[in-house]
Parts: sequence; structure tokens; C-alpha cells
Amino acid sequence: MEYIDQKDIQKRMPKRLAVNKIVRGIFFASTVFGLVVLAILLYDVISDAYGWLTWDFLTSVMSFDPANAGIIGAISGTLWLMMIVGPFTMIIGVASAIYLEEYAKRGRLQTFIETNISNLAGVPSIVFGLLGLTVFVRILGFGSVVLAGGLTMSLLVLPIVIVAAQEALRAVPSYLREASFGMGATKWQTVRNVVLPAALPSILTGMILAMSRAIGETAPLIALGIPALLIPLPSSVFDSFTVLPVQIYYWTIDAALEAEYLFLAAATIIVLLVILFILNSTAILIRNKFQKRF
Amino acid sequence: MANSMNVHEMIKDKRQKSRRHKLEKAIPFLLFLAASVSVVTTVGILLTLIVETVMFFSEVSFREFFLSTEMSPLNPSNPTFSILPLLSATLLSTIIAMLVAIPIGLSTAVYLSEYATDRARRVLKPMVEVLAGIPTIVYGFFAFTFVTPVLREIIPILDRTNILSPGIVMGIMIIPMVASLSEDALSAVPNQMREGAMAFGATKFEATVKIVIPAAISGIIASFVLGISRAIGETMIVTIASGSTKNLTFDITQSMQTMTAYIVEVTSGDAGAGTTAYYSLYAVAITLFIFTLSMNMLAKYISKRYREVY
Repeated sequence: MEYIDQKDIQKRMPKRLAVNKIVRGIFFASTVFGLVVLAILLYDVISDAYGWLTWDFLTSVMSFDPANAGIIGAISGTLWLMMIVGPFTMIIGVASAIYLEEYAKRGRLQTFIETNISNLAGVPSIVFGLLGLTVFVRILGFGSVVLAGGLTMSLLVLPIVIVAAQEALRAVPSYLREASFGMGATKWQTVRNVVLPAALPSILTGMILAMSRAIGETAPLIALGIPALLIPLPSSVFDSFTVLPVQIYYWTIDAALEAEYLFLAAATIIVLLVILFILNSTAILIRNKFQKRF
Repeated sequence: MANSMNVHEMIKDKRQKSRRHKLEKAIPFLLFLAASVSVVTTVGILLTLIVETVMFFSEVSFREFFLSTEMSPLNPSNPTFSILPLLSATLLSTIIAMLVAIPIGLSTAVYLSEYATDRARRVLKPMVEVLAGIPTIVYGFFAFTFVTPVLREIIPILDRTNILSPGIVMGIMIIPMVASLSEDALSAVPNQMREGAMAFGATKFEATVKIVIPAAISGIIASFVLGISRAIGETMIVTIASGSTKNLTFDITQSMQTMTAYIVEVTSGDAGAGTTAYYSLYAVAITLFIFTLSMNMLAKYISKRYREVY
């Protein structure tokens, strides 16, 4: 017992407990810090946008005059972009995941492809913009049109879809596959009729998250040379287009010239955030409602 | 069974089987083609960057690019190319971002993993992660129209565009990433270790600092390195809020241009294909690519190499 000095311990105890209490407060404050910033950000944007987010603003075409400017062009451009990104990433992404999870032999090739996908996920988006500019806009000569933007964005979000789909496929228990094989089904029949339907809710969740990433991305599209000024709306994938984030970018920068542009940018931000909020809530809903537990 | 089948039916059956067989053979090949899209993308990125960078260095010397200090690519009479001003801006914004993201992100992770009740964690964690879902263009707007004016009230010498404000906002953007990856690392530390420390009379804070954090250190450091990589590659916040002055300085109150913002400026500007300014784009991009790729690989290496196995 003489190794322990009870008195000393007793003396130091209140200080140690106090330190614990104080740092607990600091840690909690740090956690709340992000939320406070989020609240300030929303307040800032909403107060700037107040009075500018009208029905006319949503349905008018772009104009130099802030009072008449609208974002129907950017909204329709965003929808056009999604019409490329959606099918492309769904098909390529899910097919890649099926190959990696169900068909590929465990070995060097599979490891190589998977390492490549995870590295691709860490490449800055602006570099994808440069790839799109060089390959789709310049070499293939598409110009800054929906197709070029859509393909660039698809390549950017492809890793997200592949990884999500891989996880979804991995979560399908092997007894389902074995039962299907046991009934005499072939490999592809098993994948198509048993594995894919079971994994679909999680795949969709990943798809929606990838889409919301693509809707919010700005840098690659600016690198592609997507204009902010667009009077005619796009009517095919070979038409030029603009999207909400690009519109926000140019209006924020032009606010130096004409102060009202700032309010237009804020109003556009709210539209963008509402779209993202709806998409993300849908993803969470699908995950909670339809995901079966095996 | 075969006896009850007439010849006609047997032929039909055989045809169907061979068609199915062909499909079974073709499917893996088609799926492999899809999986190779991502490999082709990487090859495409490398090829475009390397080819055009070679063109750039046939016109501008390595020496000028890495050692001179002047960057004025669009100067019609005497264009100069040096990556140093872009590097100093990138480095500064990254340091500022990490000074915000590391302490706050790690504290958040410790709170969520060690202190928070289950209920509090279920509410707080998704709320913190909302920060990661906000588009960077919105953060850019926030930095430019709100944070900078507020900072200028405190620091009057701050330029209208500067590297401090986008650095801070970038740090806020990275908080959820550091927090969530560090929290994963902290929660992976087995409970016996905490309980052991507490059985010796350690307070929660002592157990966390002396036992839990050291045990999770590889995952925590990997999260910092990934945060750095994200800060280096982030584009829109700095493009909007840090200006386009190519300034080789370490004064955070000044307007500076990062590598990513330079790429945006040149691509959205008038530098026509084939000019030296156009090729410089790729030389800067490949530098950026190498930086972020090595950071990402370093993070993977750290979390793999130094993972403690319990």
C-alpha cells in the first residue's frame, strides 16, 4: 500500500475531473461549431435571396437586367445533364460492380481495377474537367454541349456508383445465389433475377447520391467552357447549356459589377439546395424503407 | 424423359440451350468492358496531361517553371511561367484549412465516439455530415459575400479577395471528412482498452488521450492526409474568394491564386489552344494531380501499414 500515496491522489482528483469536464465542453462546442456555421450560411443566403426568389425568377430566361433575369435555362440544362449522367453511370457503374463482385476472379486484375477506381475517386474534379475539355470538346469536337458535360460528369461520379453498387451486391447473402443455382439457374440468370433485385434499393441510394454530387459540381463544367448566358433552351444533347452552379458562379463574380447579381446568385443557391435536399432525403427514404435485412 | 421428346422438340431445345450458352459467355465480357471504362478514364487523364505537358516543356524550361518567381502567362510581350506563386497560394490555403479542420474535426470525432450518448450521436452525426453535402460553389459564395466582409471588420488590411477567408471556409468544408474518418478509427478501438484505463482510475479524457487516440492514430492521421488532399484539389471556393493575382508571398491577407483556380481562369479565359498559356494549364494540372495522388496513396499506406490489429 505504501506505493500509492492516497493523499496525493485525493488532492489531484478534483483537478483531473475538472479538466475532463472542461474538455468535454470544448469537444461538444467543436461538434456544434459546424452546425452554427451551417445556420449562419443558410441565414446569409436566405436573407440575400429574400424577395428575389419569385415564380418569374424560376420561369424566365437569362437576362442582363437583374430584374428580369431567370433561371429556367439553368434548370433545364441541369435536367438535360442528368439525362446523360443517369443512364450512363447506372449502366456502366452497375455493370462494373457486377463484374468485380460476381465474375472477376480474385487476383491481380481485380485488385488493379479496384485500386484504380479508388484512386480515381480522389482525383480533383477540375482534372476531370480538363479531361473532358481535351477529349470531348477538343479532340472529339463536340463543343461545350450537353453530351460533353454529361460524359465528363459521368466519369467523375462513376467511382461513387461503382463502390455503392459493389457494397450493395456484397450485402446480398450467398444462400440466395446458391438457392438459385440449386434450382438450375445459370450465373447470369442468378445475377439478373435474384442478386440484382435484392441489391436494387442500395444501388438506387448510391445512384441518387452520385446524381446530387453531379448536380452540385461546378469546376469541371466551367473548365469545359459552359457559358452562363443562355437565351435559347437546349433541345438536344448537342446543344449548349448551362447549369445552376455555373449560373451561381458567374453571378457571384459579376456582383462586383452590379450589386443585384448577388441576390440572383443567392436565390439560385436556394433552388440548388432545395433540389439537393429533396434528392438526399429520397436516398435516405429508400434506404430506410426498402432495404431488406437478410 | 428424352424418349418422350420428338426430334423436332429436341432440336429446338438444343438451339435454345446453345443460345443461352452464348449469352452466358458474352455477359462476362460485356461486364468486363464496362469495368474497364474506369481504367480507360485513368489512362485518358494521364495521356492528356502528359502529352500537353511535354508540349509545354518544349517551349518553357524546367528551370523557369520551377525556379523563377514571375507568373504572367497572358502578358502579350513577355509571358512568364512559374508555378511557385500558385504553389505558395495552394500551400497557404491548405495550411489554413487544416488549422481549422484538424482540431475541430478531431474534437468532433472524439465527442461523437467517446462522450456522446447514442441518442446524441444519432442526431449530431448526420447534422455534421450535412456540411459535406453542400456544393463548393455555395461555400465560395459564403466565403466571398459573408466571411471576407466579416474578417475585414476585424483585419482592415485584408484584401477584398484574399487567401485567409477561402482557407477558413475550406477547413469548415473538410471538418465532416476528418470527423467521420477519425470517428471510424476511434470506434474501432476495442472497449476493453477504455475500460482497462478507467479501471486504473483514469478519467475519460485521460483514457482518450493516452489510450484511445494512440491506438487509433493511424486512421486519424490518414484522415488528416485525405483532408490535405481534398484541400489541395478544392477549386470553387478559392476561385471565387482568393482572386486571380499570381502572387509569390506568404502574406495571407493578400489576393493569391491557387493551382486549381489558375486552371479555371485559363480554361474559362481566352487562351486559345496551342498557345504556351494553354499548355501551361496541363503542366499545372499534372503537378496538382501528382500532389493529390501521392497524398491519397500515402493515406492508404498509413492506414494499412500502421493499422493495429486487436
